[in-house]
Amino acid sequence: MSAESTPLRRFWAEYRENKIAVVALVVVVALILLALFASVVSPQNPYDLANLSLMDSRRPPGFVGSGGYTHILGTDPQGRDLLSAIFYGLRISIQIGLAAGLVSLTIGTALGITAAYVGGRIEALIMRLVDLQLSFPAILLALVIVALLGQGKTQLIGALVAAQYAYFARTAYGAAKAERGKDYIEAALATPLSGRLVVLRHLLPNCTPPLIVVATVQIANSISLEATLSFLGLGLPVTEPSLGMLIANGFPYMMSGRYWISVYPGVALIILIVAINIVGDQVRDQFNPRLRK
Amino acid sequence: MTDPVLSVENLSTHFFTRAGVVKAVDGVSFDLAKGEIMGLVGESGSGKTVTGFSLLGLVDAPGRIVAGSIKLNGTELTTLSEKALRARRGREISMIFQDPIATLNPMLTIGQQMRLAIDAHERLSARAAEARAADLLTQVGIPSASARLRAYPHEFSGGMRQRVAIAIALLHHPAVIVADEPTTALDVSIQAQILFQMRDLARETGTALIWISHDLAVVSSLASKLAVMYAGRIVEQGPTAKLLRDPRHPYTAGLIGSLPATAKPGVPLTQIPGTTPSLLSLPRGCPFAPRCDRSTKRCGTDPEMTLQDGRGWRCFHPVGQDTEVPA
Amino acid sequence: MLGFIIQRFIQAVLVMAVMSIIVFCGVYAIGNPIDIVLPPEATQDIREEVIRRLGLDRPLYEQYFIFISNLLQGDLGRSFVYNIPVLELIGGRLPATLELVLISVISATFLGVSLGIYAGYRPDSWISKTIMAVSVLGFSVPSFWVGLILILFFAVNLGWLPAGGRGETVEIWGVRWSFPTLNGLSHIVLPAVNLALFKLAMMIRLARAGTREIMLTDTIKFARAAGLSEGTILRRHLLKLISIPIITVFGLELGSTLAFAVVTETIFSWPGVGKLIIDSIGVLDRPVMVAYLILVAFLFVTINFVIDLIFALIDPRVRHGASA
Repeated sequence: MSAESTPLRRFWAEYRENKIAVVALVVVVALILLALFASVVSPQNPYDLANLSLMDSRRPPGFVGSGGYTHILGTDPQGRDLLSAIFYGLRISIQIGLAAGLVSLTIGTALGITAAYVGGRIEALIMRLVDLQLSFPAILLALVIVALLGQGKTQLIGALVAAQYAYFARTAYGAAKAERGKDYIEAALATPLSGRLVVLRHLLPNCTPPLIVVATVQIANSISLEATLSFLGLGLPVTEPSLGMLIANGFPYMMSGRYWISVYPGVALIILIVAINIVGDQVRDQFNPRLRK
Repeated sequence: MTDPVLSVENLSTHFFTRAGVVKAVDGVSFDLAKGEIMGLVGESGSGKTVTGFSLLGLVDAPGRIVAGSIKLNGTELTTLSEKALRARRGREISMIFQDPIATLNPMLTIGQQMRLAIDAHERLSARAAEARAADLLTQVGIPSASARLRAYPHEFSGGMRQRVAIAIALLHHPAVIVADEPTTALDVSIQAQILFQMRDLARETGTALIWISHDLAVVSSLASKLAVMYAGRIVEQGPTAKLLRDPRHPYTAGLIGSLPATAKPGVPLTQIPGTTPSLLSLPRGCPFAPRCDRSTKRCGTDPEMTLQDGRGWRCFHPVGQDTEVPA
Repeated sequence: MLGFIIQRFIQAVLVMAVMSIIVFCGVYAIGNPIDIVLPPEATQDIREEVIRRLGLDRPLYEQYFIFISNLLQGDLGRSFVYNIPVLELIGGRLPATLELVLISVISATFLGVSLGIYAGYRPDSWISKTIMAVSVLGFSVPSFWVGLILILFFAVNLGWLPAGGRGETVEIWGVRWSFPTLNGLSHIVLPAVNLALFKLAMMIRLARAGTREIMLTDTIKFARAAGLSEGTILRRHLLKLISIPIITVFGLELGSTLAFAVVTETIFSWPGVGKLIIDSIGVLDRPVMVAYLILVAFLFVTINFVIDLIFALIDPRVRHGASA
């Protein structure tokens, strides 16, 4: 037992043992970096309409376009270089996924912990709402909200948050309720510290492990949900194509053999989601006390 | 003495974990005569439960029996196939556990669970099986046995559930029952009932009993001989009365001394200083040495079991015998 | 047990009521419902006439009451777009969706639970590891993508199965079903697989986790100590114990599957209720939206209620009114 093993170090040591999880983590980081530096890495800016020429549209991978460079992954129906479109699409998907995830995390956790801490009628009310929400499928909820509020980034994030905060709320509630009963909280409450401080400094930190697990899963879900919505035509406006929209654009061309328009953005999407899920899985297994001998 | 019903010699069960090898049971030996009640005492982590599991061949991975012999009714168990072992589990040797709520399946009736236990070894008609089950329930003190067969576990109180477990253990008249802390989860008043019930049953049926417990007081009221375990080894064993009156191993003495019953009023209870060692990092030599006030440099080597008058202890400086008490 | 059922029933009714209010207000209160019914050049008089005819000029709560009373009489309004009663519209499409969902869900559950129990019982075998790896995919990959790949592979490349549509149907009890015909069956395979994948993955993971946990409990140890064979333990103990969490999730996921049918139906042009709702949302055909959402809510509540009933039947602790 080394003297300098902090919980983080131990966590990482155990994480390292699962090679697949490590690869997944590397992939996630790589994709995030690609997305961040999309403008630098892409050969073409797919949003700049001046760059696009319909002559280049629907070309297979390897085609040398009017811009003078090779379209490694081909082009889409608007003449966009697919590789660049994928990078930018990644950026949007990650942006929205993270934003929706973090906002849901905040709102859900606040609700859940409040319910567990305050108790009584408020607790019952909040948790009833959460339960109701949980039993309703996320995709329908998101569909309806987007339909009613129109298209746009904020609306989309709002829809995703509305669909997902309930998971966080339930997890936070469960964890907080378990901790609430423990002795150290009672002890802290007996001191002159304000209730709010107790919650922030004592209750909250001990609820974080399950929340982290839910967060990773939900971020992946947000990305997936956003892609599905975009695919159905209810996501972002056409000018800022996310990966889902790129896939949708290519769908009609699949039958005629021009598969790359849908397949490559799809592959990028899958890699992103699967990698996040693998990381989340590993984190969850490590936090689960019942599977530890 | 006639041949012992159970004879354990040098049993070692090790767990091969990621963090290292845990020697949960390290060279345990004892004999059990027909109808004899033995108490296996120790703190948690002493290896008593794993010993019990080893006897039944139920050690979970990553553990396994690495050495030693277990002879049940003359048959060597450690070399048997799983199938042969299963034929003996529940029939020649059975086990009951600590928490009766967890032991019984809440979704099956008592009758169904008893039937499963009967069917595992015998082919009886439905009526015969029911009769046997009802008979045993009556034996363990459950009234209206036939009606109760159709009841579910949650309809019974904790003490009753444990009796059901005992009944199941007795279904095939085993030679040995291993009881792992069977009364720890029960109310104190029920504890006494179950205790005496088991003692009487053992006597009536001639079943030998190994009572595993951390509670010396509980065990000493029904066991005729005791074995005290520490860090995977038996550190002292012998007839109960002699052991309690005149312990040899300092750990045993410490255990007895910390019992409220032996304390003098007004004087603080004696405690054994320190904590049980982690089985991953045992000190060289006697594992109790760090906590013992009688230890010397000699305790850096492993003490062997000293045998004398039907008693045994593993100590270089046993209590009450040694003239050379260190300063 | 009766008390339990009654309590759950009242809860179900309450939830339905709340949901109907939320749905109704949400759909009708936001935006201007009239916009799609009329062409943009319609004059003010015509607007007012239509508003009056459709009852949209009355206060919201009055509209709601009219809606509910109509609903209870079986009248769900008329579609703004198709101008036929919504009930007829939905009713005509529902069997297709139900057929798809039922086939998916049943096969996913049976296959998923079996695979999951195996994976939980022998977690270290390579078969189990493969099962778990595949389940991660089924879980995380968005279903529309899977549908795409299925079409690409089986329809375009291999040409074995059709890429969309429903194929031949057979009328049984006045409703059209497609599984009795071979052609119909070939049309249902891909969408059913697509829809089932997520649920399959979920069942595998659930069954595996449940199995691992249950096999470590004292109940199993005690059964082993009594000499029961592993087969008997799996059949008589594990299956019973695992049924509770499986059934819970089954119910929850049934609703989710109904929702995801929306995506599958769109990709495979399956003429069900899901495709209807997507189209309706696109054109903001509000009566259809409201009716669909209420229908879904109703199905949900009913499913949950039925699940509760099943619990009452199989879990003896609930049957006898003991606190579970």
